[in-house]
Amino acid sequence: MIELSDVSYSYGGGELLSGISLTLAPGSFHFLTGPSGAGKTTFLKLCYGDLLATAGRVTAFGQDVRGLARDEIARLRRRIGVVHQDCRFLDHLPVAENVALPLIVSGRDTAGEAANLADLLGWVGLSDQAGALPPSLSGGERQRAALARAVIMAPEVVIADEPTGNIDWEMSLRLLSLLVELNKMGKTIVIATHDLNLIRSAKQQVAARVLRIRNRGVQLAGADL
Amino acid sequence: MSLGGDIVAVLRGDAQADRVVPPTGFTARLTLFTAAAMAFLAVFALALSLATGRLADRWGSELARSATVRISAPAGQVEAQVQAALRVLRTTPGVTSARVLDAAEQRALLEPWFGPDLPIESLPAPQLIDVVEDGRGYDADGLRLRLTAEAPGAVLDDHTRWRRPLIRAADRLRALGVVSILLIAGATAAMITLAAQAALAANAQVIGVLRLVGARDVYIARAFVRRFTLRALVGAAAGAALATAAIAILPRAGDAGGFLTGLGFQGWHWLWPLAIPPLAAVVAFWATRLAAFRSLRELT
Repeated sequence: MIELSDVSYSYGGGELLSGISLTLAPGSFHFLTGPSGAGKTTFLKLCYGDLLATAGRVTAFGQDVRGLARDEIARLRRRIGVVHQDCRFLDHLPVAENVALPLIVSGRDTAGEAANLADLLGWVGLSDQAGALPPSLSGGERQRAALARAVIMAPEVVIADEPTGNIDWEMSLRLLSLLVELNKMGKTIVIATHDLNLIRSAKQQVAARVLRIRNRGVQLAGADL
Repeated sequence: MSLGGDIVAVLRGDAQADRVVPPTGFTARLTLFTAAAMAFLAVFALALSLATGRLADRWGSELARSATVRISAPAGQVEAQVQAALRVLRTTPGVTSARVLDAAEQRALLEPWFGPDLPIESLPAPQLIDVVEDGRGYDADGLRLRLTAEAPGAVLDDHTRWRRPLIRAADRLRALGVVSILLIAGATAAMITLAAQAALAANAQVIGVLRLVGARDVYIARAFVRRFTLRALVGAAAGAALATAAIAILPRAGDAGGFLTGLGFQGWHWLWPLAIPPLAAVVAFWATRLAAFRSLRELT
Protein backbone atom coordinates (compact mmCIF):
# COMPACT_ATOMS: atom_id res chain seq x y z
CA MET A 1 0.00 0.00 0.00
CA ILE A 2 2.72 2.45 1.06
CA GLU A 3 6.27 1.31 0.52
CA LEU A 4 9.52 3.08 1.31
CA SER A 5 12.64 1.75 -0.42
CA ASP A 6 15.99 2.99 0.90
CA VAL A 7 14.48 6.40 1.53
CA SER A 8 16.55 9.31 2.79
CA TYR A 9 15.56 12.88 3.48
CA SER A 10 17.96 15.78 3.86
CA TYR A 11 17.16 19.31 4.86
CA GLY A 12 19.41 22.34 5.23
CA GLY A 13 22.54 20.33 4.48
CA GLY A 14 21.84 17.70 7.17
CA GLU A 15 20.40 14.25 6.71
CA LEU A 16 17.24 13.80 8.80
CA LEU A 17 16.30 10.30 7.73
CA SER A 18 18.50 7.76 6.04
CA GLY A 19 18.14 4.41 4.29
CA ILE A 20 14.59 3.62 5.41
CA SER A 21 12.94 0.60 3.83
CA LEU A 22 9.51 -0.26 5.09
CA THR A 23 6.10 -1.49 3.92
CA LEU A 24 2.81 -0.35 5.42
CA ALA A 25 0.57 -3.24 4.46
CA PRO A 26 -3.21 -2.94 4.07
CA GLY A 27 -5.03 -3.29 7.38
CA SER A 28 -1.86 -2.99 9.46
CA PHE A 29 -1.51 -0.87 12.61
CA HIS A 30 1.77 0.96 13.22
CA PHE A 31 3.07 3.16 15.94
CA LEU A 32 5.99 5.39 15.14
CA THR A 33 7.92 6.53 18.15
CA GLY A 34 11.08 8.38 18.94
CA PRO A 35 12.26 11.51 20.69
CA SER A 36 11.13 14.97 19.62
CA GLY A 37 12.97 16.10 16.51
CA ALA A 38 13.85 12.52 15.52
CA GLY A 39 11.95 12.86 12.26
CA LYS A 40 8.56 11.29 12.97
CA THR A 41 6.60 14.07 11.27
CA THR A 42 9.03 14.07 8.33
CA PHE A 43 8.54 10.31 7.94
CA LEU A 44 4.76 10.74 7.89
CA LYS A 45 4.95 13.61 5.41
CA LEU A 46 7.03 11.43 3.10
CA CYS A 47 4.24 8.82 3.29
CA TYR A 48 1.45 11.19 2.24
CA GLY A 49 3.46 13.17 -0.30
CA ASP A 50 3.82 16.44 1.59
CA LEU A 51 7.60 15.99 1.32
CA LEU A 52 9.59 14.22 -1.36
CA ALA A 53 12.43 11.90 -0.47
CA THR A 54 15.85 13.24 -1.42
CA ALA A 55 16.98 9.67 -2.12
CA GLY A 56 15.22 6.34 -2.49
CA ARG A 57 11.63 5.79 -3.50
CA VAL A 58 8.23 6.15 -1.83
CA THR A 59 5.41 4.23 -3.48
CA ALA A 60 1.79 4.85 -2.52
CA PHE A 61 -0.95 2.64 -3.97
CA GLY A 62 1.48 1.47 -6.63
CA GLN A 63 2.52 4.96 -7.73
CA ASP A 64 5.92 6.52 -7.26
CA VAL A 65 5.14 9.65 -5.24
CA ARG A 66 8.05 11.54 -6.80
CA GLY A 67 6.49 11.18 -10.26
CA LEU A 68 3.10 12.52 -9.22
CA ALA A 69 1.93 15.92 -10.41
CA ARG A 70 0.51 18.36 -7.85
CA ASP A 71 -3.05 17.40 -8.76
CA GLU A 72 -2.21 13.71 -8.36
CA ILE A 73 -0.72 14.43 -4.94
CA ALA A 74 -4.02 16.14 -4.06
CA ARG A 75 -5.91 13.02 -5.16
CA LEU A 76 -3.51 10.84 -3.16
CA ARG A 77 -4.42 12.82 -0.03
CA ARG A 78 -8.04 11.85 -0.48
CA ARG A 79 -6.92 8.23 -0.02
CA ILE A 80 -4.80 9.01 3.02
CA GLY A 81 -6.56 10.71 5.92
CA VAL A 82 -4.25 12.82 8.06
CA VAL A 83 -4.75 13.98 11.66
CA HIS A 84 -2.29 16.60 12.91
CA GLN A 85 -1.42 17.39 16.47
CA ASP A 86 -2.48 21.01 15.92
CA CYS A 87 -5.67 19.97 14.06
CA ARG A 88 -5.70 22.81 11.56
CA PHE A 89 -9.25 23.91 10.77
CA LEU A 90 -10.91 26.71 8.86
CA ASP A 91 -11.98 28.72 11.87
CA HIS A 92 -14.68 30.65 10.02
CA LEU A 93 -16.59 27.48 9.12
CA PRO A 94 -18.63 25.37 11.58
CA VAL A 95 -17.38 21.95 12.63
CA ALA A 96 -19.73 20.08 10.28
CA GLU A 97 -18.41 21.98 7.24
CA ASN A 98 -14.83 21.48 8.38
CA VAL A 99 -15.45 17.76 8.66
CA ALA A 100 -17.09 17.79 5.22
CA LEU A 101 -14.23 19.80 3.70
CA PRO A 102 -12.66 16.85 1.82
CA LEU A 103 -16.06 16.22 0.19
CA ILE A 104 -16.45 19.91 -0.71
CA VAL A 105 -13.01 20.28 -2.30
CA SER A 106 -13.41 17.07 -4.26
CA GLY A 107 -16.67 18.36 -5.74
CA ARG A 108 -18.89 15.72 -4.09
CA ASP A 109 -22.50 16.55 -3.32
CA THR A 110 -22.43 17.31 0.39
CA ALA A 111 -26.23 17.38 0.59
CA GLY A 112 -26.28 13.75 -0.54
CA GLU A 113 -23.69 12.90 2.11
CA ALA A 114 -25.60 14.60 4.94
CA ALA A 115 -26.62 11.30 6.57
CA ASN A 116 -23.06 10.00 6.43
CA LEU A 117 -21.79 13.26 7.90
CA ALA A 118 -24.30 13.08 10.76
CA ASP A 119 -23.32 9.44 11.42
CA LEU A 120 -19.66 10.37 11.42
CA LEU A 121 -20.18 13.26 13.82
CA GLY A 122 -22.17 10.90 16.06
CA TRP A 123 -19.40 8.30 15.85
CA VAL A 124 -16.79 10.78 17.14
CA GLY A 125 -19.29 12.19 19.68
CA LEU A 126 -19.61 15.66 18.14
CA SER A 127 -23.26 15.71 17.06
CA ASP A 128 -23.99 18.56 19.44
CA GLN A 129 -21.02 20.57 18.22
CA ALA A 130 -21.84 20.33 14.50
CA GLY A 131 -22.73 24.01 14.26
CA ALA A 132 -19.99 25.27 16.58
CA LEU A 133 -16.91 27.06 15.28
CA PRO A 134 -13.59 25.23 15.80
CA PRO A 135 -12.10 27.78 18.24
CA SER A 136 -14.88 26.94 20.70
CA LEU A 137 -13.94 23.22 20.81
CA SER A 138 -11.82 21.60 23.50
CA GLY A 139 -8.54 19.86 22.61
CA GLY A 140 -10.15 16.43 22.60
CA GLU A 141 -13.09 17.61 20.53
CA ARG A 142 -10.73 19.16 17.99
CA GLN A 143 -8.83 15.87 17.69
CA ARG A 144 -12.03 13.93 17.14
CA ALA A 145 -13.24 16.47 14.60
CA ALA A 146 -9.90 16.14 12.82
CA LEU A 147 -10.26 12.36 12.84
CA ALA A 148 -13.78 12.63 11.40
CA ARG A 149 -12.45 14.91 8.66
CA ALA A 150 -9.62 12.47 7.96
CA VAL A 151 -11.96 9.52 7.44
CA ILE A 152 -14.94 11.13 5.68
CA MET A 153 -13.57 10.19 2.24
CA ALA A 154 -13.24 6.57 3.43
CA PRO A 155 -9.46 6.54 2.98
CA GLU A 156 -7.50 3.32 2.97
CA VAL A 157 -4.85 4.78 5.27
CA VAL A 158 -5.18 7.05 8.32
CA ILE A 159 -2.06 8.82 9.55
CA ALA A 160 -2.12 10.59 12.90
CA ASP A 161 0.77 12.79 13.98
CA GLU A 162 0.92 13.06 17.78
CA PRO A 163 -2.90 13.01 17.99
CA THR A 164 -2.91 12.82 21.80
CA GLY A 165 -0.20 15.41 22.40
CA ASN A 166 -2.58 18.09 23.64
CA ILE A 167 -5.32 16.07 25.33
CA ASP A 168 -5.79 14.28 28.62
CA TRP A 169 -5.44 10.54 29.13
CA GLU A 170 -9.14 9.79 29.15
CA MET A 171 -9.60 11.61 25.84
CA SER A 172 -6.48 9.91 24.44
CA LEU A 173 -8.00 6.50 25.15
CA ARG A 174 -11.24 7.55 23.49
CA LEU A 175 -9.39 8.69 20.37
CA LEU A 176 -7.34 5.48 20.38
CA SER A 177 -10.48 3.39 20.52
CA LEU A 178 -11.77 5.19 17.42
CA LEU A 179 -8.52 4.48 15.57
CA VAL A 180 -8.60 0.84 16.66
CA GLU A 181 -12.18 0.64 15.42
CA LEU A 182 -11.08 2.02 12.05
CA ASN A 183 -8.31 -0.57 11.88
CA LYS A 184 -10.84 -3.31 12.55
CA MET A 185 -12.76 -1.94 9.56
CA GLY A 186 -9.66 -2.67 7.45
CA LYS A 187 -7.95 0.72 7.46
CA THR A 188 -4.18 0.98 7.72
CA ILE A 189 -3.32 3.10 10.74
CA VAL A 190 -0.04 4.90 11.39
CA ILE A 191 0.28 6.88 14.62
CA ALA A 192 3.32 8.95 15.52
CA THR A 193 3.56 9.33 19.28
CA HIS A 194 6.01 9.47 22.13
CA ASP A 195 3.33 8.35 24.58
CA LEU A 196 4.41 4.81 25.54
CA ASN A 197 1.31 4.29 27.69
CA LEU A 198 -0.85 4.85 24.67
CA ILE A 199 1.15 2.25 22.73
CA ARG A 200 0.84 -0.26 25.55
CA SER A 201 -2.87 0.33 25.77
CA ALA A 202 -3.25 -0.12 21.99
CA LYS A 203 -1.27 -3.36 22.00
CA GLN A 204 -3.87 -4.84 24.35
CA GLN A 205 -6.54 -4.19 21.73
CA VAL A 206 -4.83 -4.69 18.39
CA ALA A 207 -1.77 -6.32 16.81
CA ALA A 208 0.26 -3.13 16.45
CA ARG A 209 3.78 -2.90 15.11
CA VAL A 210 5.94 -0.36 16.88
CA LEU A 211 8.60 1.40 14.85
CA ARG A 212 11.26 3.53 16.47
CA ILE A 213 13.25 6.22 14.74
CA ARG A 214 16.85 6.06 15.92
CA ASN A 215 20.04 7.32 14.31
CA ARG A 216 18.08 8.60 11.29
CA GLY A 217 16.78 5.10 10.58
CA VAL A 218 13.64 3.17 11.50
CA GLN A 219 13.88 0.06 13.64
CA LEU A 220 11.25 -2.35 14.81
CA ALA A 221 10.91 -1.81 18.57
CA GLY A 222 11.39 -4.80 20.83
CA ALA A 223 9.33 -6.35 23.61
CA ASP A 224 10.21 -3.52 25.99
CA LEU A 225 7.12 -1.71 24.80
CA MET B 1 -5.13 24.15 -15.07
CA SER B 2 -8.54 23.97 -16.69
CA LEU B 3 -9.09 27.38 -18.27
CA GLY B 4 -12.57 26.59 -19.56
CA GLY B 5 -13.57 25.25 -16.16
CA ASP B 6 -12.24 28.41 -14.52
CA ILE B 7 -14.26 30.66 -16.82
CA VAL B 8 -17.42 28.62 -16.23
CA ALA B 9 -16.76 28.65 -12.48
CA VAL B 10 -16.38 32.43 -12.48
CA LEU B 11 -19.62 32.90 -14.39
CA ARG B 12 -21.63 30.27 -12.56
CA GLY B 13 -20.23 30.64 -9.05
CA ASP B 14 -20.09 28.05 -6.29
CA ALA B 15 -21.48 29.26 -3.00
CA GLN B 16 -19.89 26.43 -1.05
CA ALA B 17 -16.46 26.95 -2.60
CA ASP B 18 -16.76 30.70 -2.03
CA ARG B 19 -17.32 30.10 1.67
CA VAL B 20 -14.16 28.03 2.02
CA VAL B 21 -11.87 31.06 1.70
CA PRO B 22 -12.75 33.75 4.25
CA PRO B 23 -13.50 37.23 2.92
CA THR B 24 -10.58 39.65 2.96
CA GLY B 25 -11.86 43.16 3.59
CA PHE B 26 -8.71 45.13 2.83
CA THR B 27 -7.83 43.52 -0.50
CA ALA B 28 -11.49 43.59 -1.52
CA ARG B 29 -11.68 47.36 -1.02
CA LEU B 30 -8.27 47.87 -2.64
CA THR B 31 -9.30 45.94 -5.72
CA LEU B 32 -12.64 47.74 -6.01
CA PHE B 33 -10.98 51.15 -5.69
CA THR B 34 -8.16 50.29 -8.11
CA ALA B 35 -10.55 48.94 -10.72
CA ALA B 36 -12.82 51.98 -10.38
CA ALA B 37 -9.94 54.48 -10.62
CA MET B 38 -8.36 52.71 -13.59
CA ALA B 39 -11.68 52.43 -15.42
CA PHE B 40 -12.28 56.15 -14.82
CA LEU B 41 -8.89 56.97 -16.36
CA ALA B 42 -9.40 54.47 -19.18
CA VAL B 43 -12.66 56.12 -20.21
CA PHE B 44 -10.94 59.51 -20.35
CA ALA B 45 -8.05 58.07 -22.34
CA LEU B 46 -10.58 56.51 -24.68
CA ALA B 47 -12.41 59.81 -25.07
CA LEU B 48 -9.11 61.58 -25.75
CA SER B 49 -8.11 59.00 -28.33
CA LEU B 50 -11.44 59.14 -30.12
CA ALA B 51 -11.58 62.95 -30.05
CA THR B 52 -8.09 63.30 -31.50
CA GLY B 53 -8.95 60.67 -34.06
CA ARG B 54 -11.96 62.69 -35.16
CA LEU B 55 -9.85 65.83 -35.24
CA ALA B 56 -7.17 64.23 -37.38
CA ASP B 57 -9.78 62.84 -39.76
CA ARG B 58 -11.50 66.21 -40.06
CA TRP B 59 -8.31 68.10 -40.68
CA GLY B 60 -7.18 65.47 -43.08
CA SER B 61 -10.36 65.39 -45.14
CA GLU B 62 -11.33 69.08 -45.02
CA LEU B 63 -7.94 70.59 -45.55
CA ALA B 64 -6.74 68.06 -48.06
CA ARG B 65 -9.57 69.03 -50.40
CA SER B 66 -9.07 72.77 -50.26
CA ALA B 67 -6.36 75.23 -51.19
CA THR B 68 -5.92 78.97 -51.36
CA VAL B 69 -4.41 81.15 -54.09
CA ARG B 70 -3.10 84.42 -52.69
CA ILE B 71 -2.55 87.26 -55.18
CA SER B 72 -0.28 90.11 -54.14
CA ALA B 73 0.17 92.64 -56.92
CA PRO B 74 0.30 96.42 -57.40
CA ALA B 75 -3.15 97.97 -57.03
CA GLY B 76 -3.79 98.32 -60.75
CA GLN B 77 -2.87 94.75 -61.62
CA VAL B 78 -4.75 92.82 -58.95
CA GLU B 79 -8.00 92.37 -60.88
CA ALA B 80 -6.18 91.30 -64.07
CA GLN B 81 -4.08 88.75 -62.18
CA VAL B 82 -7.16 87.47 -60.35
CA GLN B 83 -8.94 86.84 -63.63
CA ALA B 84 -5.82 85.19 -65.11
CA ALA B 85 -5.51 82.95 -62.07
CA LEU B 86 -9.21 82.02 -62.25
CA ARG B 87 -8.79 81.04 -65.90
CA VAL B 88 -5.84 78.85 -65.05
CA LEU B 89 -7.68 77.26 -62.11
CA ARG B 90 -10.86 76.55 -64.10
CA THR B 91 -8.87 74.70 -66.71
CA THR B 92 -6.84 72.69 -64.23
CA PRO B 93 -7.85 69.02 -64.01
CA GLY B 94 -8.75 68.08 -60.44
CA VAL B 95 -10.01 71.53 -59.45
CA THR B 96 -13.76 71.49 -58.81
CA SER B 97 -14.24 75.17 -58.15
CA ALA B 98 -12.34 78.41 -57.71
CA ARG B 99 -14.06 81.33 -56.01
CA VAL B 100 -12.80 84.83 -55.21
CA LEU B 101 -13.39 85.76 -51.58
CA ASP B 102 -15.30 89.01 -51.27
CA ALA B 103 -14.34 91.85 -48.95
CA ALA B 104 -16.69 90.69 -46.18
CA GLU B 105 -15.18 87.22 -46.17
CA GLN B 106 -11.63 88.57 -46.10
CA ARG B 107 -12.61 90.95 -43.28
CA ALA B 108 -14.01 88.02 -41.33
CA LEU B 109 -10.73 86.16 -41.72
CA LEU B 110 -8.76 89.11 -40.36
CA GLU B 111 -11.28 90.04 -37.68
CA PRO B 112 -9.70 87.92 -34.90
CA TRP B 113 -6.49 89.94 -35.20
CA PHE B 114 -7.64 93.44 -36.27
CA GLY B 115 -11.22 93.73 -34.99
CA PRO B 116 -14.56 94.13 -36.84
CA ASP B 117 -14.07 97.65 -38.24
CA LEU B 118 -11.08 96.92 -40.42
CA PRO B 119 -11.16 99.07 -43.63
CA ILE B 120 -9.92 96.24 -45.76
CA GLU B 121 -10.58 98.08 -49.04
CA SER B 122 -7.94 100.68 -48.09
CA LEU B 123 -5.31 98.11 -47.04
CA PRO B 124 -2.85 96.43 -49.41
CA ALA B 125 -4.22 93.03 -48.37
CA PRO B 126 -3.72 90.25 -50.92
CA GLN B 127 -6.79 88.94 -52.77
CA LEU B 128 -7.67 85.38 -51.86
CA ILE B 129 -9.17 82.68 -54.13
CA ASP B 130 -10.71 79.63 -52.46
CA VAL B 131 -9.94 76.45 -54.44
CA VAL B 132 -11.83 73.19 -53.94
CA GLU B 133 -10.43 70.05 -55.50
CA ASP B 134 -12.14 66.80 -56.41
CA GLY B 135 -11.29 63.38 -55.04
CA ARG B 136 -8.46 62.80 -57.53
CA GLY B 137 -6.64 66.01 -56.61
CA TYR B 138 -4.53 68.17 -58.90
CA ASP B 139 -0.88 68.49 -59.83
CA ALA B 140 0.24 71.21 -57.38
CA ASP B 141 3.71 71.70 -58.94
CA GLY B 142 2.26 72.00 -62.45
CA LEU B 143 -0.39 74.45 -61.24
CA ARG B 144 2.24 76.62 -59.54
CA LEU B 145 4.25 76.82 -62.78
CA ARG B 146 1.17 77.81 -64.79
CA LEU B 147 0.12 80.41 -62.18
CA THR B 148 3.60 81.91 -62.19
CA ALA B 149 3.42 82.24 -65.96
CA GLU B 150 -0.11 83.70 -66.14
CA ALA B 151 -0.34 85.62 -62.85
CA PRO B 152 3.13 86.35 -61.40
CA GLY B 153 1.67 87.64 -58.11
CA ALA B 154 -0.24 84.41 -57.41
CA VAL B 155 0.96 82.03 -54.74
CA LEU B 156 -0.68 78.63 -54.31
CA ASP B 157 -1.04 77.47 -50.72
CA ASP B 158 -2.29 73.87 -50.63
CA HIS B 159 -2.18 73.84 -46.78
CA THR B 160 0.33 70.98 -46.82
CA ARG B 161 2.90 72.96 -44.91
CA TRP B 162 0.80 73.38 -41.79
CA ARG B 163 -1.70 70.57 -42.27
CA ARG B 164 0.86 67.79 -42.01
CA PRO B 165 2.24 68.66 -38.56
CA LEU B 166 -1.30 69.14 -37.24
CA ILE B 167 -2.42 65.77 -38.51
CA ARG B 168 0.81 64.22 -37.23
CA ALA B 169 0.19 65.78 -33.81
CA ALA B 170 -3.39 64.54 -33.76
CA ASP B 171 -2.29 61.06 -34.79
CA ARG B 172 0.31 61.05 -32.03
CA LEU B 173 -2.31 62.13 -29.49
CA ARG B 174 -4.52 59.31 -30.68
CA ALA B 175 -1.64 56.83 -30.31
CA LEU B 176 -0.90 58.25 -26.85
CA GLY B 177 -4.52 57.62 -25.91
CA VAL B 178 -4.22 53.99 -26.98
CA VAL B 179 -0.87 53.62 -25.15
CA SER B 180 -2.49 55.14 -22.06
CA ILE B 181 -5.26 52.55 -22.19
CA LEU B 182 -2.69 49.76 -22.49
CA LEU B 183 -0.69 51.23 -19.59
CA ILE B 184 -3.86 51.46 -17.52
CA ALA B 185 -4.61 47.81 -18.28
CA GLY B 186 -1.06 46.87 -17.28
CA ALA B 187 -1.21 48.92 -14.08
CA THR B 188 -4.57 47.33 -13.26
CA ALA B 189 -3.07 43.87 -13.77
CA ALA B 190 -0.10 44.77 -11.55
CA MET B 191 -2.28 46.15 -8.77
CA ILE B 192 -4.64 43.18 -8.86
CA THR B 193 -1.68 40.79 -8.88
CA LEU B 194 -0.32 42.47 -5.74
CA ALA B 195 -3.72 42.41 -4.07
CA ALA B 196 -4.23 38.75 -5.02
CA GLN B 197 -0.80 37.81 -3.71
CA ALA B 198 -1.54 39.64 -0.46
CA ALA B 199 -4.83 37.77 -0.16
CA LEU B 200 -3.13 34.44 -0.88
CA ALA B 201 -0.38 35.13 1.66
CA ALA B 202 -2.96 36.18 4.26
CA ASN B 203 -4.75 32.88 3.66
CA ALA B 204 -1.66 30.66 3.72
CA GLN B 205 -3.05 28.65 6.62
CA VAL B 206 -6.38 28.16 4.87
CA ILE B 207 -4.54 27.03 1.75
CA GLY B 208 -2.47 24.61 3.83
CA VAL B 209 -5.64 23.03 5.25
CA LEU B 210 -7.22 22.79 1.81
CA ARG B 211 -4.12 21.10 0.37
CA LEU B 212 -4.09 18.73 3.35
CA VAL B 213 -7.64 17.56 2.67
CA GLY B 214 -6.96 17.02 -1.02
CA ALA B 215 -7.89 20.29 -2.73
CA ARG B 216 -6.33 20.72 -6.13
CA ASP B 217 -4.60 23.99 -7.02
CA VAL B 218 -7.31 24.82 -9.52
CA TYR B 219 -9.98 24.56 -6.83
CA ILE B 220 -8.11 26.88 -4.46
CA ALA B 221 -7.21 29.31 -7.25
CA ARG B 222 -10.83 29.53 -8.43
CA ALA B 223 -12.01 30.88 -5.10
CA PHE B 224 -9.59 33.79 -5.46
CA VAL B 225 -9.98 34.25 -9.23
CA ARG B 226 -13.76 34.51 -8.99
CA ARG B 227 -13.58 37.03 -6.19
CA PHE B 228 -11.05 39.31 -7.83
CA THR B 229 -12.72 39.08 -11.23
CA LEU B 230 -16.09 40.10 -9.82
CA ARG B 231 -14.56 42.90 -7.76
CA ALA B 232 -12.75 44.25 -10.82
CA LEU B 233 -15.97 44.06 -12.83
CA VAL B 234 -18.01 45.91 -10.21
CA GLY B 235 -15.29 48.50 -9.51
CA ALA B 236 -14.67 49.14 -13.20
CA ALA B 237 -18.40 49.47 -13.87
CA ALA B 238 -18.64 52.16 -11.19
CA GLY B 239 -15.52 53.97 -12.46
CA ALA B 240 -16.62 53.81 -16.09
CA ALA B 241 -20.10 55.07 -15.22
CA LEU B 242 -18.67 58.01 -13.29
CA ALA B 243 -16.24 58.92 -16.06
CA THR B 244 -18.94 58.67 -18.72
CA ALA B 245 -21.19 60.94 -16.67
CA ALA B 246 -18.32 63.40 -16.19
CA ILE B 247 -17.67 63.49 -19.93
CA ALA B 248 -21.38 63.86 -20.69
CA ILE B 249 -21.61 67.01 -18.58
CA LEU B 250 -18.48 68.65 -20.03
CA PRO B 251 -19.45 72.09 -21.42
CA ARG B 252 -20.12 72.25 -25.16
CA ALA B 253 -19.21 75.32 -27.18
CA GLY B 254 -19.70 74.03 -30.68
CA ASP B 255 -17.00 74.53 -33.26
CA ALA B 256 -15.73 77.64 -31.52
CA GLY B 257 -14.53 75.54 -28.63
CA GLY B 258 -12.36 73.45 -30.91
CA PHE B 259 -10.58 70.42 -29.52
CA LEU B 260 -11.13 71.02 -25.79
CA THR B 261 -14.90 71.08 -25.94
CA GLY B 262 -14.87 68.28 -28.50
CA LEU B 263 -13.39 65.87 -25.91
CA GLY B 264 -15.96 63.14 -25.52
CA PHE B 265 -17.93 60.60 -27.47
CA GLN B 266 -20.17 61.01 -30.47
CA GLY B 267 -22.90 58.71 -31.73
CA TRP B 268 -22.31 55.02 -31.17
CA HIS B 269 -18.93 55.83 -29.61
CA TRP B 270 -20.87 56.35 -26.37
CA LEU B 271 -21.04 52.54 -26.23
CA TRP B 272 -17.26 52.25 -25.93
CA PRO B 273 -17.20 52.79 -22.12
CA LEU B 274 -19.39 49.68 -21.81
CA ALA B 275 -16.38 47.64 -22.94
CA ILE B 276 -14.19 48.84 -20.05
CA PRO B 277 -15.73 46.76 -17.18
CA PRO B 278 -15.58 43.42 -19.06
CA LEU B 279 -12.02 44.21 -20.13
CA ALA B 280 -11.10 44.99 -16.52
CA ALA B 281 -12.68 41.66 -15.51
CA VAL B 282 -10.62 39.81 -18.14
CA VAL B 283 -7.43 41.53 -16.94
CA ALA B 284 -8.28 40.66 -13.32
CA PHE B 285 -9.11 37.06 -14.25
CA TRP B 286 -5.72 36.50 -15.86
CA ALA B 287 -3.73 38.48 -13.30
CA THR B 288 -5.31 36.62 -10.37
CA ARG B 289 -5.08 33.24 -12.07
CA LEU B 290 -1.38 33.60 -12.80
CA ALA B 291 -0.67 35.02 -9.32
CA ALA B 292 -2.69 32.27 -7.65
CA PHE B 293 -0.97 29.36 -9.39
CA ARG B 294 2.45 30.90 -8.81
CA SER B 295 1.73 31.57 -5.13
CA LEU B 296 0.25 28.10 -4.59
CA ARG B 297 3.42 26.52 -5.92
CA GLU B 298 5.45 28.65 -3.52
CA LEU B 299 3.17 28.30 -0.49
CA THR B 300 2.64 24.53 -0.50
